[in-house]
Amino acid sequence: MGSKLLLDKVHIENIRSYDVYRREGGYRSVEKAIRSMNPVAVMEEVKKSGLRGRGGAGFPTGMKWSFLAKPEGVPRYLVCNADESEPGTFKDRYLMEFIPHLLIEGLIVSSYAIGSNRTYIYIRGEFKWIIDILEQAITEAKNNGWLGKNILGSGFDCEIYVHSGAGAYICGEETALLESLEGKRGNPRIKPPFPAVRGLWDCPTVVNNVETIAAVVPIINDGGDNYAKIGTGKSTGTKLISSCGNIKKPGVYEIEMSISVEEFIYSDEYCGGIANGRRLKACIPGGSSVPILPANLLLKTAKGDSRMMTYESLADGGFQSGSMMGSGGFIVLDEDQCVVRHTYTLARFYRHESCGQCSPCREGTGWMEKILLNIENGKGKMSDIDLLWDIQRKIEGNTICPLGDAAAWPVAAAIRHFRDEFEWHITNPDDAQRRNYGLANYAEPLKVVAV
Amino acid sequence: MIQFSDEKLKEVQRIIGFYPEGKQKSAVLPVLHLAQQEFGGWLSVATMDYVASLLQIEPIEVYEVATFFSMYNLKPVGKYMFEVCQTGPCMLNGSDNIIKYIGEKLGIKPGETSADGLFTLKTVECMAACGYAPMMQLGKHYREHLTKEKVDAIIDECRKNAELNN
Ligand SMILES: Cc1cc2nc3c(=O)[nH]c(=O)nc-3n(C[C@H](O)[C@H](O)[C@H](O)COP(=O)(O)O)c2cc1C
Ligand code: SF4
Ligand code: FES
Repeated sequence: MGSKLLLDKVHIENIRSYDVYRREGGYRSVEKAIRSMNPVAVMEEVKKSGLRGRGGAGFPTGMKWSFLAKPEGVPRYLVCNADESEPGTFKDRYLMEFIPHLLIEGLIVSSYAIGSNRTYIYIRGEFKWIIDILEQAITEAKNNGWLGKNILGSGFDCEIYVHSGAGAYICGEETALLESLEGKRGNPRIKPPFPAVRGLWDCPTVVNNVETIAAVVPIINDGGDNYAKIGTGKSTGTKLISSCGNIKKPGVYEIEMSISVEEFIYSDEYCGGIANGRRLKACIPGGSSVPILPANLLLKTAKGDSRMMTYESLADGGFQSGSMMGSGGFIVLDEDQCVVRHTYTLARFYRHESCGQCSPCREGTGWMEKILLNIENGKGKMSDIDLLWDIQRKIEGNTICPLGDAAAWPVAAAIRHFRDEFEWHITNPDDAQRRNYGLANYAEPLKVVAV
Repeated sequence: MIQFSDEKLKEVQRIIGFYPEGKQKSAVLPVLHLAQQEFGGWLSVATMDYVASLLQIEPIEVYEVATFFSMYNLKPVGKYMFEVCQTGPCMLNGSDNIIKYIGEKLGIKPGETSADGLFTLKTVECMAACGYAPMMQLGKHYREHLTKEKVDAIIDECRKNAELNN
């Protein structure tokens, strides 16, 4: 069993309630930080831990905090990103639903480090019941003196508010989130200026993912150095992986970033193997925006090394033969699944979620969706594959925010690795309506073909 | 007449209190949620104008936001809205069949409301329940691991509730 830092207590009965959470050692990190550390020392511990943002981009958290501008007399804000809308990702929901005080505890310590007296949780609006759970936890924390004015007699004031979104993936992008928090449409801002300089209401702001904030609790309790001992290389600590698709045991797992992908998929401690005795065809290991990999390249890198569940190993080979850790949304496709149809649903998702500010993203996502649907319905032409390739290239890197890239990458990777399946749909349109392409040769090691 | 009860007005004041002085525009999303829930499950122009007046902002500022977010219904919907996820991970676990089944059973297509005004079927994108697919949102909660039998039971449950409330 790997060590668990976030979910170790999640199965204790009533851990959702303050009394049980506190009895189990909850809020010790607040006591420690506020009583014996100054904000800079808290930040230093987080730097030492090597913690990287768990929202998708993997940016070092301590460094992000240290970029925060500190002009005199201007408030600073911490905003927790609980928008969790990346297909395949449902880990933050699990954490907030079952151990809400861990997030609140992490937010108090992080607010202290950053100097935020008003901290917001921007949560996706669909999580209506979780909003109640969080508000209850905040009330309990406040009633017990962990929030409010002059916390533990330190002179530090802090309030946490839950702000509900209303169904827009783009509001997970940090600047769109801030626009939305200001009561406007969720249109991403042009960067720079970065939120650390001009964020919420033009004030310096840090935006962090739910899991990132929760990880601050064990870092302060046990020290950044101890946290950094878990995992490998630049992937320190534990990571929550939400796994779904065609596996035996879908769910949220906390892993040490030192296990292999093979162990994660096949061991009974985690996914328990592929469902219904099928074979593994493909996997998107880090949420819908990261490249899909065929089984052979998922389990082993192009160099033939075991692929590990780490930031570095998942990205090994770049986009030619690798993928990314992303948000930890692990989507598994078995041999009976259709890559074209799956890619089509993702293209439809990005078209639906594009905010519409940039033409390449607004128009390109719609074109990709239409072309993919045609191919899926047996109405595709061979030239459509190259057209898709061309469109995704013209979106990537040419937009205000990374949603454009996120829409382009899944299509690019599907064509790169599964071109034969696209071609089969086009050359066998009738067959393609009746059955799926199947596993083909993906179970066998393939040579990496540069497209 | 569009008017929150005193209790709901207190809730509006509580929400406005989340934001610094003069930043009450930030309350627009939460207050729109409250308004949609109170005034028939959708946002009419009159409802949006009322929200604008409560927050002391221009009506256009409310329309801009209400039209951007997919949780706001800009036309009337049924008493029970089945919001079924159709994105990749749910598709891998049979959401297409569930959507088809609900549609056939209620005699409506996605986006439509049944003739008795009870049910609306809406397809939605990933709801962060991918590991518990197929799924739908019904009111405040998610219904997960859907099967045809579960869908039957949910529809019966809604019909019974509707009768009780009549
Ligand atoms: C289109 C898009 C959607 C995103 N959605 C989320 C999200 O739902 N949750 C999240 O934490 N980060 C999301 N991000 C990443 C955020 O912009 C930001 O990097 C993150 O919240 C920073 O927190 P971290 O450093 O703790 O990871 C998204 C980014 C993009 C471009
Ligand atoms: S890339 Fe897409 S989502 Fe991002 S700002 Fe441009 S149009 Fe909006
Ligand atoms: S894909 Fe349906 S909940 Fe995520």
